[in-house]
Amino acid sequence: MAQASTQADTGAGTGADGRAGTAGAWRGRRGAPSERPAGRRHSSDRPRRSVLLTVLTALVAVYTLVPLAWLLISATKTQKSLLDSFGLWFSGDFALWDNIQQTLTYDDHIFVRWLLNTLLYVALGAGGATFLAVLGGYGLAKFDFPGRRGVFAVVIGAVAVPGAALAVPTFLMFSKMGLTNTPWAVIVPSLISPFGLYLMWVFASEAIPDELLEAARVDGSGEIRTFFRIGLPLLGPGIVTVLLFTVVATWNNYFLPLIMIKDPDWYPLTLGLNAWNAQAATAGGQPVFNLVVTGSLLTIVPLVAAFLLLQRFWQTGLAAGSVKE
Amino acid sequence: MAAIPPPPGTGRAAPPRGRRGRRWLGWGFVAPFMIVFALVFLAPIGYSIYLSLFRDRLIGGTSFVGLDNYVQAFQDGQFWSGLGRVALFLAVQVPIMLCIALLVALALDSGRLHGRNFFRITIFLPYAVPAVVATLMWGFMYGDRFGLVADINDAFGVSLPNLLSPGLVLASIGNIVTWEFVGYNMLIFYSALHVVPRSLYEAAEIDGASQLRIVTSIKIPAIRGALVIATIFSIIGSFQLFNEPSILKPLAPNAITTYFTPNLYTYSLSFSGQQHNYAATVAIVMGVVTMIIAYVVQLRGMRKEA
Repeated sequence: MAQASTQADTGAGTGADGRAGTAGAWRGRRGAPSERPAGRRHSSDRPRRSVLLTVLTALVAVYTLVPLAWLLISATKTQKSLLDSFGLWFSGDFALWDNIQQTLTYDDHIFVRWLLNTLLYVALGAGGATFLAVLGGYGLAKFDFPGRRGVFAVVIGAVAVPGAALAVPTFLMFSKMGLTNTPWAVIVPSLISPFGLYLMWVFASEAIPDELLEAARVDGSGEIRTFFRIGLPLLGPGIVTVLLFTVVATWNNYFLPLIMIKDPDWYPLTLGLNAWNAQAATAGGQPVFNLVVTGSLLTIVPLVAAFLLLQRFWQTGLAAGSVKE
Repeated sequence: MAAIPPPPGTGRAAPPRGRRGRRWLGWGFVAPFMIVFALVFLAPIGYSIYLSLFRDRLIGGTSFVGLDNYVQAFQDGQFWSGLGRVALFLAVQVPIMLCIALLVALALDSGRLHGRNFFRITIFLPYAVPAVVATLMWGFMYGDRFGLVADINDAFGVSLPNLLSPGLVLASIGNIVTWEFVGYNMLIFYSALHVVPRSLYEAAEIDGASQLRIVTSIKIPAIRGALVIATIFSIIGSFQLFNEPSILKPLAPNAITTYFTPNLYTYSLSFSGQQHNYAATVAIVMGVVTMIIAYVVQLRGMRKEA
């Protein structure tokens, strides 16, 4: 792509000057009417910054940030000032550390238990989903086997099946198998990520040269060894991307555990927070709004941090995935 | 679902040489996925079709009733009201969300923004926030007890309409869903725009095309595939609407009924009413409706391409 645009630049440079009249209206607005041909590339790669466009985009960013700011500010308030004070500014004692301590210890450290449950579901569910997607994507990209197209059709078709339409039947099936109310009921359905499989398929086709695999085979390397030694290292950014998205899906999962898990000891964080909220809203229940707010904050911090820290990887991975769209 | 073409590799795949049964080797890598897939995707679909053909009666136990459950669903006012509600939601919320996402993606891609990377990551962040937390945050903010609505009412002496009242709660849910997914869709569009060859824009500029013209004639057609996919995902999401109303319910008990959306209805039928057979039927009807609409959108989206 870079090459193509360079060619267009050099080829078009002279033409642009010759036709300045036609393009004049737009060019004048942009304020770069007489740039040298050599500067053309610069001008179209870095057009002039627009304040208006920045302000409009900033509005969307503000919309995005307001609830998060509200959450952060509210988590620093005591239950009383949470109810009394203006939501988007600090008020009263700075109670963040108290709130965190209360959240973690309330009801015999149940929040910590929920956190550990979530970590278990994420580690096995998202980890397993990524592993299956990487294996499958590699197999689909690098082997021609009977039924390969059929696999693709079935999996892509499955993306269109509303997941929630499956939840109730899955529950009934799992309850027959005695799996409900156990961690497996949450982990097993999380193992399938059709989107992850598709992404790994595209990624593996692009990132692993067939010649490299062929060379390894000629050297007598077995298929499994070839996969781990040659395939896996080349799939790095794709794996991070799929892992990140399956982690989000598992960490944020609500409907599946809601159906499958009745015992609060096996709740993930999402169900636990919802239970606290329901308790706070019920007449006669102990109001624990400050715990709901602080617990919410603690729930999103790890994921937000992961997305910020791993930006470079997942943006590369996504870009690769969209090449073939 | 031909919106997504199969990735390349069919012809180029190098078959390993000199091994017994090498034609089937690829299955070794794909089989683990397919086995779990069969267990959690195909088996439940088959099982729910089976369930939908039976009915559990107080007297006489479970008996085969053919398509009676489907007939019942088509005559069920609660089901239709839920379906109508999500259809309205789909018609209003999805276009708004996708338009904002597309405009932001185009703005980011134009390179004319100050602080592009900041905006890109900021607007995407809500995707990392669980629906539960998003709904609780907005629900608290909506509330007139200690939310922003209450603050505004106090500060300006006005009385804003209650956002959790029956008339407005669907719009309030629409706002939550928009907040959650604008950034995700923006990122899909942005990634797709990113791979459009810049040379196309330059050629158009040279021919005197305005920026608006470049957007409508080059950029949007170039990412049609991404637009169709995002639309289909949003349609599926709308018809599956469950988390947000279910979590808002304790805060708005009068506005959100047990049949507010088809999914909520399936859930209540199954877990409060123990009507598993009928719940499976409603789930299947919803699945079929969703697939039909997604398919129509895809056909239309692809036809315009010609």
